[in-house]
Amino acid sequence: MKLKGTEILLKVLEEEKVEIIFGYPGGAVLDIYDQLYKSKMKHILVRHEQGAVHAADGYARSTGKVGVCLVTSGPGATNTVTGIATANMDSIPLVVFTGQVPTGLIGNDAFQECDITGITRPCTKHNFLVRNIEDLAATVKEAFHIARSGRPGPVLVDLPKNVMAASTEYDPANIKIRNQEAAYRPAFKKMADLQEMLTTARKPLIMTGGGVILGRASDLLTEMARKYQIPVTGTLMGLGSFPGTDPLWLGMLGMHGTYYANMAISHCDLLIAVGVRFDDRVTGTIETFAARAKIVHIDIDPSSINKNVAVDLPIIGDTKAVLKDLMKYLDEHNFTLDTAGRKEWLDQIADWKKQVPLTYCQNGTVIKPQYVIETLYKLTQGDAIITTEVGQNQMWTAQFFPFDKPNTLVSSGGLGTMGFGFPAAIGVKCAFPDKHVVDIAGDGSIQMNIQELATAAQYQINVKIVLLNNGYLGMVRQWQELFYEKRYSFTDMTYAPDFVKLAEAFGVVGLRATKPEEVEPTLKEGLSLDKPVLMDFRVSREECVYPMVHPGDSISNMSLGSREMIN
Amino acid sequence: MEKKEHIISILVHNKPDVLARIAGTLGGKGYNIESLCVNSTTQYEISKIVMTTVGTKETINRIEGQLRRLVDVIQVDNLTNVESIHRELILVRLNLTPDKKEQIQEAIETNKWKIIVNADAYVVLEIIGDQSQIGFALARLEPMGIADITRTGIIALNLEH
Repeated sequence: MKLKGTEILLKVLEEEKVEIIFGYPGGAVLDIYDQLYKSKMKHILVRHEQGAVHAADGYARSTGKVGVCLVTSGPGATNTVTGIATANMDSIPLVVFTGQVPTGLIGNDAFQECDITGITRPCTKHNFLVRNIEDLAATVKEAFHIARSGRPGPVLVDLPKNVMAASTEYDPANIKIRNQEAAYRPAFKKMADLQEMLTTARKPLIMTGGGVILGRASDLLTEMARKYQIPVTGTLMGLGSFPGTDPLWLGMLGMHGTYYANMAISHCDLLIAVGVRFDDRVTGTIETFAARAKIVHIDIDPSSINKNVAVDLPIIGDTKAVLKDLMKYLDEHNFTLDTAGRKEWLDQIADWKKQVPLTYCQNGTVIKPQYVIETLYKLTQGDAIITTEVGQNQMWTAQFFPFDKPNTLVSSGGLGTMGFGFPAAIGVKCAFPDKHVVDIAGDGSIQMNIQELATAAQYQINVKIVLLNNGYLGMVRQWQELFYEKRYSFTDMTYAPDFVKLAEAFGVVGLRATKPEEVEPTLKEGLSLDKPVLMDFRVSREECVYPMVHPGDSISNMSLGSREMIN
Repeated sequence: MEKKEHIISILVHNKPDVLARIAGTLGGKGYNIESLCVNSTTQYEISKIVMTTVGTKETINRIEGQLRRLVDVIQVDNLTNVESIHRELILVRLNLTPDKKEQIQEAIETNKWKIIVNADAYVVLEIIGDQSQIGFALARLEPMGIADITRTGIIALNLEH
């Protein structure tokens, strides 16, 4: 069957079970958009290409499927770069289609030409420029395969206009792609070593990360932790991979981790790190990180092993496959729990939890941001998918909203991209129209992709924005307060739009709360409306996120705010 | 940690951009490529890249890890700690000025250097050897006034498999 490039593209997308494309048309993709017009493929018109990538990213993080976007050449393509880099840092599977000028013009500085494969080489898992129509189908298929296999990541496919307009024979049965899946071999010697370590350990601790969510290994990890009574802490990307309401859960570790998680890391004698990459925000000073522990590192990416932290037992493989083999091995080799020994360790952790719980003080007439998040949790019973922006709003969410299930926190971890949360929430809501989808935002971040209010309004994508409005770039201000003697250099954002009026101007409901007693009714109203809603909470201006490990310090050395420093 | 030179041999799919990907992966992460040789293997669609880079054991492990992550990379071997042979090639032009002519001709004879162009005014020599042999040759050539020189990167062959 002879088909046009644009028809082949749509065919392959259907075969890859793509349900939705987030995109923005332009000159170089006119032919593709013409084909979309004739097809049944769902397409959401965003208002900025960065929003398209974040929306596809939110869709991917919440569903575990590949997110797809489509933009034009030149500026359309360059506008995707922040979104692509965001997905790349957090290993999120995306396929980004960019238009390109006709192959004959490439290199001629044609109108809206840019070398997007060159620009995105360092921030994609892989990218392609399709030079021949004959390569189109296989390249697109391979792009999806690469995006979702192994350690996932974003793949960009650059589509020159003339290639898409050309025709070729299309036979889906005849498309061959290279297999990227690394063969996993269970290493029984390593399982034996791990059993030995678990047997001798008095203070074991599991550290769970994004790789557990991406590898769909949350149930296994939870089963293992509960069965062997091993307490669990997690990275930001790992939140939800172990139930946040389980007594074994210690909360997030690292710079804004809980006191007890950071103390447990510093005192454990066995650390089983699963699907993590030991980011500097997590470890603090490397020399003192888990200094008393033997470290086991389970990860799919060999290049993550020994990259930041030297480990005693590396196990390379898909987190689910490894945990499955490990559980099986422990069962078959009669591993039993030393209940008495474990109780001592769990009691120690319970003590730490009692000594320094996560806390804040909601009194007086000013709304505390943490109170808004706690109330949101109370009202939704945690049954919501939460996206965040970046900064204080993100850290308070990680601290005060317990995530019980994987894929329910959608947050830019590695790159820390302001403006991520709102378009990401749009993508999430498209996948889960019946769930509460809430973007917990700051007033700085929300202004970075505020234009997407139009997208939400146009398609009635009923996401809720919980805006923790303190009139500052709060996290930067916090650093200025603590480390720069309160010189608030360009972090005062008091000059801002009236967010309620702004929402209304876009056709989105705007609500506002200025007093603590207004928080619950405002959230209730916002959540109950079957419309996109922006809720502007005027919160305490100079609230800080605590605990805080000072940059470059050991994670057991935390600043706890009004309390004194604890060593 | 001791820094030393490592020779890394990489088999890659002969795709456009593959060299840029490898150079970018190293450059973007702050590693320097000291020397580089690329050509296709007996199969046109597969190329072999031999490069040398300097670093500690940790750095080199990291570089190898980053390279293996690339989709177009098939295999990465560090030839430094295995039995392997190494060669470089230089092409060098020496001008036969009256004051140097005799000295040059004598050196060519003594060192058995191969002349590939023998003109009235100059000679072009082709010298092949491992790093120390090339170093030795360069030390002798320099006093005779090198008019122009081109030096390839190191190529290396694994003798263990």
